[in-house]
Amino acid sequence: MKYIDEFRTGTLAQKIAARIASEVNPQRDYHFMEFCGGHTHAISRFGIIDLLPDNVHMIHGPGCPVCVLPIGRVENAIRLVQTPGLILCSYGDMLRIPTASGMSLLKAKAQGADVRMVYSSADAIKIAQKNPQHQVVFFAIGFETTTPPTAVAIKQAQALGLNNFTVFCNHVLTPSAISHILQSAEVRQLGIVPLDGFIGPAHVSVVIGSQPYEYFAEEFQKPVVIAGFEPLDVMQAILMLLRQINTGRAEVENEFTRAVLPKGNLKAQRLVAEIFELRRVFEWRGLGLVPYSALKIKSCYASFDAEQRFQIPALSIADNKACECGAILRGVKRPQDCKIFGTVCTPENPIGSCMVSSEGACAAHYSYGRFRDTNHATSKEN
Amino acid sequence: MSRRGIIKPGYMRAVDLKNGCIEMVHGSGGRAMAQLIHQLFLTAFDNEYLRKMNDQACFQSFNGRMVMSTDSHVITPLFFPGGDIGSLSVHGTINDIAMSGAKPSYLAASFILEEGFPLSDLKRIVDSMANAAHAAQVPIVTGDTKVVEKGSGDGVFITTTGIGMVPEGINISSENARPGDKILVSGTLGDHGIAIMALRENLSFHTSITSDTAALHDLVAHMITAVPDIHVLRDPTRGGVATALNEIALQSSVGMMLYENKLPIREQVYAACEFLGLDPLYIANEGKLIAICTAEDSTNLLNVMRAHPLGENAAIIGEIIEDTHCFVQMQTRFGGKRVVDWLSGEQLPRIC
Repeated sequence: MKYIDEFRTGTLAQKIAARIASEVNPQRDYHFMEFCGGHTHAISRFGIIDLLPDNVHMIHGPGCPVCVLPIGRVENAIRLVQTPGLILCSYGDMLRIPTASGMSLLKAKAQGADVRMVYSSADAIKIAQKNPQHQVVFFAIGFETTTPPTAVAIKQAQALGLNNFTVFCNHVLTPSAISHILQSAEVRQLGIVPLDGFIGPAHVSVVIGSQPYEYFAEEFQKPVVIAGFEPLDVMQAILMLLRQINTGRAEVENEFTRAVLPKGNLKAQRLVAEIFELRRVFEWRGLGLVPYSALKIKSCYASFDAEQRFQIPALSIADNKACECGAILRGVKRPQDCKIFGTVCTPENPIGSCMVSSEGACAAHYSYGRFRDTNHATSKEN
Repeated sequence: MSRRGIIKPGYMRAVDLKNGCIEMVHGSGGRAMAQLIHQLFLTAFDNEYLRKMNDQACFQSFNGRMVMSTDSHVITPLFFPGGDIGSLSVHGTINDIAMSGAKPSYLAASFILEEGFPLSDLKRIVDSMANAAHAAQVPIVTGDTKVVEKGSGDGVFITTTGIGMVPEGINISSENARPGDKILVSGTLGDHGIAIMALRENLSFHTSITSDTAALHDLVAHMITAVPDIHVLRDPTRGGVATALNEIALQSSVGMMLYENKLPIREQVYAACEFLGLDPLYIANEGKLIAICTAEDSTNLLNVMRAHPLGENAAIIGEIIEDTHCFVQMQTRFGGKRVVDWLSGEQLPRIC
């Protein structure tokens, strides 16, 4: 497939791998966090670990939107969909996230609730148009990539005069999460999470540009390389990070030049700014309360805000005690360090959200990489 | 003046197969049901067993081992490029029987019809079944129809059951894969699933891909003639090749190593999967098979498969390895390794 195969060529991968191997300093270890679940998925699916030297370690970051949504918000959605006549639309993976009691939107659906899986926010608008007598709520999640489409849906709903369409907004912001990780005691003081650099988000950066990361490079002296989601992108980004570290640089570099501009997509940014504003604080699974890390719908668009219309309360619900998703999302633990990984918690019966989405660290390791755990080989993932 | 005599004795107004629809009376066991069965099903499926109008078909038993299989079909939409629920229901059971190496002999068909279902659509489906059965030379010898109230079904559900005869000396079973064996597939993967997906209301993309639905027993007959010692045959329907291979690995207590660059996948299927975030290894096939045989036999088997119209894109995609964990692994085109796991969750409901 054109524009895909070019970024998955094995021969090129071998060349980059050879360069990484020749440039790596054998006297030290390198720890890189790939922030995005998209990168986590690519690393696992294409077996990138097998192409890296033993002293290059990848740490999975919290950039999986399904994974970082706190249980309280899922519980909100499950309670909301009990409203008679209400249709709740969301992206597929959201339906499978279990709450503390093991309930999920999929189970609510099986019990008779009207939950619809949609591929885009535009589908939710169509459902609202087709069902004027029903309240249709779009359960919106995601980082900066999925925020503009939600904004478009709200604009469309306004233009169409839809008074049965609202959005349950859970959009979160990447830079705030990265700051939070870098400022955490685990990274700064305790040194539990050694972090030498970041592979920066691909699609998020298409929207926000590369500039927002300059602060991390500057303030925390951590190199950032923005990379596409294809495996050659990831390999190239690792090589670029390696070179920055070996030459003592801490800069923002853009490997994903075919899509990311320094300023990003200004039109999308303007649209988002028109509809949304910052929340003072928002809970993230794993990271806890992170200031100014999420968006809410502005009061002038309150008629499209499900939180307003249905008086959705703030719920804070603890994760299952055995579940290590929190520590995994902070990079403190690896999926295979969790006691219930692959036994109690599997993709069929997930206990934590990292096992739900294919972008989640646990699901990616379970589905693609767990054969390595049985080889008694030192895993290079982290 | 009496009108008697104008209408021929024994005349009954024909069922309106053009504009009529299924009514509850068609399942009540009375005259309307008998008429529908006669006019529609018997006419289409016509054979000596059905003509006897018994509740069962009676035939001579075979010497040797027989196989039996059943398969329910609930696909939506009912009609799709390359086939329909009718042809699919015939091919599905024939293939399940053929995967033992058996020659399918007879089929039974059972219909659950929803009140209000257009008879013209039903006729299309029944004719398609008749054509598929005729082409495969496997007669439908007995059947049943039930009608459910509107809202209790989805147009039509079809269950087919079949029996077949295993030739002497053939012992094909999913527990027979051995380390060193080669894994073959008979053609391109994922065509059926992607053809169905393209028709789904909420997935607006267009493709020229048609379903691969086909009866594989003739291909199997050629294969076992050339290589009687085929260890495993399996048709990778729901859950795709990945799920079928995981089942075999578990049943045979072996591991597998696949080679991504050997997988036959059409460009359009690959592209559709990229867009939808799916993996072609998990997409359903309805006219493909997996074969596992010794390395020595594999080249011969591959050539025989490629010489058959239903196997022209056949390929050796991997091999059986020793692994107590029964992992199906894949050497990626990129140069790494990964697990090819069981399908988790639901990729797409009601595809067969």
